[in-house]
Amino acid sequence: MSLIISAIGQGLLWAVIGVGLYLTFRILDFPDMTVEGTFPMGAATAVTAIAHGISPIIATILAFLVGCVAGLVTGLLYTKAKIPVLLAGILVMTASYSIDLRIMGKPNQSLLGMPTLLSSKFFQSLPPYFDSVALGFIVIVIVTTILVYFLQTDLGQAFIATGDNENMAESLGINTDNMKIMGVSVSNGLIALGGALVAQNNGYSDVNMGIGIIVVALASIIIGEVIFGELTMVQRLIAVTIGSIIYRLVLLLVLQLGFNATDLNLISSILLAIFMGLPALESKFHLKHVLKRGLKND
Amino acid sequence: MTKPIFQLKNIVKTVNEGTPEQLNILDNINLDIYSGDFITILGSNGAGKSTLFNTIGGNLKPNSGQVIYNGKDITRMSVVRRTEFLSRVFQDPKLGTAPRMTVAENLLLAEKRGKKHSLIPRNLKSQMNKFKKITAKMNNNLDERLETATGNLSGGQRQTLSFLMATINRPGILLLDEHTAALDPKTSEQLMNITENTINKEKLTCLMITHHLDDAIKYGNRLIVLHQGKISYDISGEEKKHLTKEKLLTFFNDIQ
Ligand SMILES: Nc1ncnc2c1ncn2[C@@H]1O[C@H](COP(=O)(O)OP(=O)(O)O)[C@@H](O)[C@H]1O
Ligand SMILES: [Mg+2]
Repeated sequence: MSLIISAIGQGLLWAVIGVGLYLTFRILDFPDMTVEGTFPMGAATAVTAIAHGISPIIATILAFLVGCVAGLVTGLLYTKAKIPVLLAGILVMTASYSIDLRIMGKPNQSLLGMPTLLSSKFFQSLPPYFDSVALGFIVIVIVTTILVYFLQTDLGQAFIATGDNENMAESLGINTDNMKIMGVSVSNGLIALGGALVAQNNGYSDVNMGIGIIVVALASIIIGEVIFGELTMVQRLIAVTIGSIIYRLVLLLVLQLGFNATDLNLISSILLAIFMGLPALESKFHLKHVLKRGLKND
Repeated sequence: MTKPIFQLKNIVKTVNEGTPEQLNILDNINLDIYSGDFITILGSNGAGKSTLFNTIGGNLKPNSGQVIYNGKDITRMSVVRRTEFLSRVFQDPKLGTAPRMTVAENLLLAEKRGKKHSLIPRNLKSQMNKFKKITAKMNNNLDERLETATGNLSGGQRQTLSFLMATINRPGILLLDEHTAALDPKTSEQLMNITENTINKEKLTCLMITHHLDDAIKYGNRLIVLHQGKISYDISGEEKKHLTKEKLLTFFNDIQ
């Protein structure tokens, strides 16, 4: 039971990363690799700030802002310097590795004996593992609420339109470059926020903790979509969180089957491939089914 | 004498400059457009019609010459800034609408064409009645589909929506680039009727590229033929009214 609670907690804490990637991957409709760099950068920022005596809340906000700046750089490289977005993201991701080492001064930093968001009285009063559930839940509710509000504003609609039909957006007077920069920036802010949360939950930060993040984030998005199908924008954001929880439960199951924690990246990729391939495979099988029936009728 | 609302002065657009393939795709274009002009534009493939629109819209900067709106030089003005007074409908229905957004959401965006996008709630609900009314006039069930994602509409509905979007917030100048060419003849005619009605009722200033001689003759108060980057024919008023297809064909045979 506690394993399941723990998985749900992980799912909620990581949901903000899926939601962050949703802004670029689904709404703006391009792959942003920066996230593999901003996740550990958020972690490094928060952990280092806390180690310097800054309050965990401020440290977490700081992580969000640092992520926004990294995303801003990617956005500028993409829109102003006209570097293809995939490469722009990889450049910032690669650079961030060095920056993380600068921030922490070493490859990893423990939070042992230091305060975190989870060490407040409220979280301490909860039963084991329920603290991360509560923290993840609070953060994802706040983030989703703000995003839902934003997407229903004039600016939010212009943002959605940019990803949906750039030509049209421009011909309606929407500054599409600004929309992309804003999207990549906020997206990476959220991913860094996720990094800060995960680091505080784990009790340490490591420069290598970003590897495979994009797969994890994509998994939450795709699982939500495969399970729920056609949804409104608001429902889709919520589906990402549910997808994130389901992803953690599936991983738990896989570990129960006897795989190692070190196999997780392999398993994550396989899971994602299955979920992404599912719609195509399904329609193929459907086709076969119909063909068979057609033959029988003859 | 009234002043033109829009002017092109000595516009030259050169491609492949400094190579043997150097070509003026717009070759010293001079055009005065007056408020309320509805100009139809003819020209063979590659004549420079789309290039002309892209120069007016700001997507292309001319190598030399000036673009003037209301007496103001806008040659260097960005596409986005120009949308404050300029709107366009493209040939491809897919270009003019956002497929994953609903019809109502598209209309709402179009209503804010050229205005600042801020963090105020979009207020879609209060506009639904208005959208219902204007779409109902199109007689193609668009009013029943306000909540439908635009990508699920028929080509005709989608292009009608594009046209509504271009005119919902009255443009100072409207550019139609073969906006009915991708539609079947009946739908195309419907949209042409809607186009003419709207332009007449709102007294819009409009440039319309078309491939149909009949349409070019039937609609508008002025007709221009573009040939090898030059305006080779420009008639208006009574002369335009009495233009026949035969006369136009004779002219085309002469320039070939
Ligand atoms: N970027 C470009 N480079 C080279 N040639 C171009 C470019 N854009 C357009 N052209 C050429 O300019 C001419 C005019 O094109 P266009 O304005 O699209 O014609 P139309 O719309 O009248 O068919 C064509 O011969 C086209 O091949
Ligand atoms: Mg053309």
